[in-house]
Amino acid sequence: MKYVDEYRDPDRVRKIAAGIAGMATRPWTIMEVCGGQTHSIVRFGLDELLPRTVELVHGPGCPVCVTPLELIDKALAIAARPDVIFCSFGDMLRVPGSHADLFSVKARGGDVRILYSPLDALKVALENPERQVVFFAVGFETTAPANALAVVQAQRAGLKNFSLLVSHVRVPPAIEAILSSKENRVQGFLAAGHVCTVMGYEEYFDLCRRFRTPIVVTGFEPVDILQGISLCVQQLEQGRHAVENQYSRVVRREGSLEGRALIEQVFEVTDRAWRGIGIIPNSGYRVAPSFASFDAEQRFDVGEIRAEECADCLSGLVLQGVKKPTQCPAFGGRCTPETPLGATMVSTEGACAAYYQYKRHQSEATP
Amino acid sequence: MTSSDDFNLKCPVPIDDQERIGLAHGGGGRAMNRLLERLIVPAFDNPHLAARHDGAVLDLGTARIAMSTDSYVVRPMFFPGGDIGKLAVYGTANDVAMCGARPRYLSVGLVLEEGTPIATLERVVESIRTAAARAGVQIVTGDTKVVDRGKGDQIFINTTGVGSIEHERSILPSSVRPGDAVLLSGDIGRHGMAIMAVREGLAFESEIESDCAPLAGMVLGMLEDGIDVHCLRDCTRGGVVSALVEIAQAAHCDIQIEECAVPVRADVAAACEIFGLDPLYVANEGRFVAFVPADQADRALAILRRDPAGADAALLGLVGKSGHGRVTLRSALSTTRILDMLNGEQLPRIC
Repeated sequence: MKYVDEYRDPDRVRKIAAGIAGMATRPWTIMEVCGGQTHSIVRFGLDELLPRTVELVHGPGCPVCVTPLELIDKALAIAARPDVIFCSFGDMLRVPGSHADLFSVKARGGDVRILYSPLDALKVALENPERQVVFFAVGFETTAPANALAVVQAQRAGLKNFSLLVSHVRVPPAIEAILSSKENRVQGFLAAGHVCTVMGYEEYFDLCRRFRTPIVVTGFEPVDILQGISLCVQQLEQGRHAVENQYSRVVRREGSLEGRALIEQVFEVTDRAWRGIGIIPNSGYRVAPSFASFDAEQRFDVGEIRAEECADCLSGLVLQGVKKPTQCPAFGGRCTPETPLGATMVSTEGACAAYYQYKRHQSEATP
Repeated sequence: MTSSDDFNLKCPVPIDDQERIGLAHGGGGRAMNRLLERLIVPAFDNPHLAARHDGAVLDLGTARIAMSTDSYVVRPMFFPGGDIGKLAVYGTANDVAMCGARPRYLSVGLVLEEGTPIATLERVVESIRTAAARAGVQIVTGDTKVVDRGKGDQIFINTTGVGSIEHERSILPSSVRPGDAVLLSGDIGRHGMAIMAVREGLAFESEIESDCAPLAGMVLGMLEDGIDVHCLRDCTRGGVVSALVEIAQAAHCDIQIEECAVPVRADVAAACEIFGLDPLYVANEGRFVAFVPADQADRALAILRRDPAGADAALLGLVGKSGHGRVTLRSALSTTRILDMLNGEQLPRIC
């Protein structure tokens, strides 16, 4: 498969891994921000190819995992209404709220549909004028332009039955929160290639300079990830800190100007709670006042819903890279993909689920 | 029945955390297996059911037969490479074949929704007729019910198959031995991706056609050639991984497969990339895994490859010496990862 095979080429991968091993003279801790990268790392076993000195910790970049419980409960309340068709990306359906998930709302008669694009939800709204169609707008900056476009098109079409339940999060404030934490041990970042495809990487220069930390914009295939790590280790070994772009075949410095314009038009920056972490200032988007009628939270009056996280779940520490999934006492026992205590066990991009699926034997071997 | 038996009736264990049936309970993964283990198998407690094979092998005194049943609710009903009728014949005949039996007779039960066009039913019945002829089975009994409009979805089909067993072998997970070769009868993922492409309205450069095909010819070919077949399983819902994990757990053995050995057509691999799915978990309707002694693997592969559906048959891997019921995959990068059964359907990822 062109554009995929060459980035999974075993010889190339091994060569880069050997280069990293030859370069790393001291222990380094690098965080991959994006859940897609975490998934690739464990799926391809890339961490097994690295020298012991280079440790990867998995960041908060799985949008499913960081969507706060409260918002899931709001989604469940809206989806259960008989007048609503609730549309979502597939992997949100299994995320547990306080008492249920979207699958069980569906089993009880709620009209919950898996879609691939918010624009498909617009189509559903056009075809069902007597019902309210809500799209669960989850994701980092990557998915924000398409969601914004859906709102713009809905407005243009004069649709009164379409709205977004927004849970958008932004990467740079999360990196800042991690670097500012007293417990932080991350020395370099692999920034998420898809997010930068939309946003570019100008936002990272300031973070890199203030925290004297290398940030390498990185893709998702094995060759990409190892090259990202290699660039990061090289900087650390040389005592440098810079923003570099490994994923230059896709990412431009300024990102997608059209995408950014759509985000700015429809959304505004807001403080947002991250599941397991808490509120991070300026770390999310909400629907801007000029598009308020497309905001499901306002349309359905779910503002009063509050929720408590499960106390036994360490997902917050996992998402900040402080703990590995296998260091959680509930991992693989009380917490499995069937009975997840936290969202990191639900999404395939979640670090706990990825470890459970691909690396469970390591925790079994060292009880 | 003694009085103590009367008071010993087992109450089926309630399904722990789920109060209602969800789609995952029919997905062929862990949720479905748990439902079977906790509710169905204990309720009808008997050794045939407990064997948890694709079908039951029954000793009638003078003859051994295999029996299996399956229901078909696929949407869309017509898809590239097949339709619900063809699936209803091959699916059940294949389950019978996985017991090492020659599929002979099939029942067909139709649940029709009021208002379904007769022409649609005619098309499906014609497809059943053609498929039965190709699979060498006769439709010998059946049933037709009509439900109110809105209480069904045009046509649902149940088929039950009976086949004759013409050898003494017991083809079961418990017959799997350390060192056995694990063979896969052809390239994977085509059926699931064909259905998905139609459902999602995606057009690829080349149309992906379902792999829907009868498998008995290949199975009987191996048996007639004297291959000491230990276990067979078709790789339907949940794909190759679910079939392997089910066998590994039932046989208490470990299985290691090689990623490079898994045959996947380039267009199927590309479609899986687009949807974010792993072909190893995607449904097939004309593929099976066979466990045979390693020294007979080449001979068995040659037999499989003689069949049009077996052209890409491959040696996937081996059964390990010790057994925790675990399936692992050695990647092209020589790293190892666990292949686990999914909880429900594979869900497309956000980004």
